Amino acid sequence: MKRKSDLNSIHEKKHTSKWTLVWKRLLRNKLAIVGMIFVFVVVFSSLFANVISPYDYAQQDLSNTFQYPSTEHLFGTDNYGRDIFTRVLYGGRISLLVSVTAIIIALICGCFIGVCSGYFGGKIDGLLMRIMDVIMAIPSFLLAICISAALGSGVRNTAIAIAVGCIPSYARLMRAQVLGIKNQEFVEAAYMNGASHLRIMIRHIVPNTLSTIIVDSTLRIGACIMIISSLSFIGLGVQPPTPEWGSMLSAGRVYIRDFWPMVTFPGIAIMVTIFGFNLFGDGLRDALDPRLKR
Amino acid sequence: MGNYLEVKNLKKYFKTPAGMLHAVDDVSFSIEQGKTLGVVGESGCGKSTLGRTILGILDATDGQIIFDGKDITNLSERKKKLLKKDMQLIFQDPYSSLNPRMNVFDLIAEPLRIFHVARGNELENRVSELMETVGLSERLIYSYPHELDGGRRQRIGIARALALDPGFIVCDEPVSALDVSIQAQILNLLQDLQDEKKLTYVFITHDLSVVRHISDEILVMYLGVVIEKSPSKMLFDNPLHPYTKGLLSAIPVPTIHKKRERIIMQGEIGSPIEPAPGCRFVNRCMYATERCRHEDVALSEVEPQHFVACHNLNSMHTDG
Repeated sequence: MKRKSDLNSIHEKKHTSKWTLVWKRLLRNKLAIVGMIFVFVVVFSSLFANVISPYDYAQQDLSNTFQYPSTEHLFGTDNYGRDIFTRVLYGGRISLLVSVTAIIIALICGCFIGVCSGYFGGKIDGLLMRIMDVIMAIPSFLLAICISAALGSGVRNTAIAIAVGCIPSYARLMRAQVLGIKNQEFVEAAYMNGASHLRIMIRHIVPNTLSTIIVDSTLRIGACIMIISSLSFIGLGVQPPTPEWGSMLSAGRVYIRDFWPMVTFPGIAIMVTIFGFNLFGDGLRDALDPRLKR
Repeated sequence: MGNYLEVKNLKKYFKTPAGMLHAVDDVSFSIEQGKTLGVVGESGCGKSTLGRTILGILDATDGQIIFDGKDITNLSERKKKLLKKDMQLIFQDPYSSLNPRMNVFDLIAEPLRIFHVARGNELENRVSELMETVGLSERLIYSYPHELDGGRRQRIGIARALALDPGFIVCDEPVSALDVSIQAQILNLLQDLQDEKKLTYVFITHDLSVVRHISDEILVMYLGVVIEKSPSKMLFDNPLHPYTKGLLSAIPVPTIHKKRERIIMQGEIGSPIEPAPGCRFVNRCMYATERCRHEDVALSEVEPQHFVACHNLNSMHTDG
C-alpha cells in the first residue's frame, strides 16, 4: 500500500512538471511579474467593483459635480456628480467582458478556419485564405465601426464587431502552426493508429498550438480593449449610462482644459490594463518557449 | 507456408515541377510469415517511401500489394483504417514521432481507444501489459516523452505499434537515431517480439551491420530500384552488384592487422527525377559500359534465390 502511494506522488510530480516549469520561468521574469500584478489588479477590481466601491455607478448627484479627488471620492466626481472611481471600476468589467468574449469568438472561428486550411491544404486552403485576405484588406477599426454601426451598439454587438476583425489573424496564425506540426511524424503515427482527420486535428494538432494561442490571446486583449474604448469614444460601442473607459474619455473630452480628473483616470485605466497584458503576454511567451528568448 | 506479403511491380511516382520523381520504381518481393526482409540503401533511395506505400499511407502509382491473400492496393480510407489492425509502422525518430502533449499512457492507449478495443480498467491493464512487453517500467506510465531518453521513447513507439496486435510491421530505421548500446537492446527486443508473436518485419535501414543481424532476406535499393535481392547470408558472403560490394566494403571491421580493401565509389547519386534509361548506377560504376547507359537492367537469378540487376556480372568475375 505504501509503495502505491509513493508511486502516485511520483506520478503527480511528473504530471505537472511542464506547467510548473513554465510557472517558474515566468516568476524569474521581473517585467512579467509587474504585468501579472497589473492584470491581477484590473481583473480583481472589476470583478469586485460592487464590493470595493460604496457608490452606484449611475447615481447622479447634481449638487456635487466636478469634485477633485478627495478621500470621499478617490478620483473625484464627473459632470453629473457620479463617482469616477466607481465608474472606472465598473468600466473595467465592460472592457474585460467584451474583450474576452471577442477573443473567444475570434479564437473559435479563427482556429477552425486556420486548422482546416493548414491541415487539408489545396483548394480549401486557397478559398479560406482568400476570404481572410479580403477581411484583412479592410482596416480592422473601420471594419469594427461598420459592423457595430450595422448591428447596433451594446455589449454583445461590440464583441462581435471586434471579433470579426480578429478572425483572420488567428486563422493565419493557426494555419502557420498547423503547417509546421502537420509534417511531424507523430501526426503520421496518429494516422497509423487509425485516427480520423477530426481526431488528428483535435487531439494531436491543436494541443500543440496551445502555447502560441495563449500568448497571442493575452497580447491581443490589450489591443481589443483599445478598440472597444475607441468605439465607445466615437459613440458606437457601449452606450451611457453604462460606464466604459472610452465613453468616459469621450464625455470628459469637453472639460479637458477645466477639469482634468474626468479624462485622466479612465485614460490611466486603459493604459495600465494594456501595459499589464502586454508585459504579461511577453513574459508568458518567453516562459513557454525559452528558445525564443534573447 | 505461403507468402504473407507480396509486392508486385510496385511504383510510386511523385509529381514535381521538374517532372516525375521515381521514388519507387518497379519493386517486387515477397515475405513469408515470421520472416524479416531488410531493405538497405543510401538516403533518398526510396526505402521509406516503399514502406509507406505498402502501409497505404501513400497511394501506389502502379503495381499490386497482396497482404495475407488480399489485394490491399489503394483501398478506400475506411478499409485502410481496418488494415491498421494488421499492419503497423515503427518510426525512425523517437523524438518527433511521439506527441509531446501526451503521456505514455495516452500514447499507447490511443490506438486502443480509436478501435474501441478496451476501456476503463481493461484499457489500463492492456497498456501496462504492453509496457511490460516492451520493457518499460510501470512507474513511467504518466511521464511525458520529453522526460525520457531515446531508447525508452522508442519502446513507447514499439508498444504503440503492437497495441492492436498486428502481424506485420514496417520498421523504418528504428534504431538509427539511437546510441549504439541502446540500438542493441531495441534490436533484441524486436527479435524477441518476432519470435514470441510470429511477427513479419520489413526492416528499413542504411546500417548494414544492423540488417545482417536481423534479416532473413535483403533487398538492396538504389534510386528507387532493387539492384540486388538475396538471402542475408548469401549477400554478405558473395555480393555481386558493384554497388553492394561497395556498401559491404564500407562496414568497419574490428581488427588492426588485416588490411582492408575498400571500394571507394566515385561520383554522386543521380537524380530520381525522370531518370534516363539504362542502369541507374551507371555514373558511379567502375565497370560501366556503353550497354549500361542505354539498356535497362532487370533482376536475374544468378544463383538460387540470389537476384542481381547488372549487365556486367561475367566481365567482373573475370576481372576479379
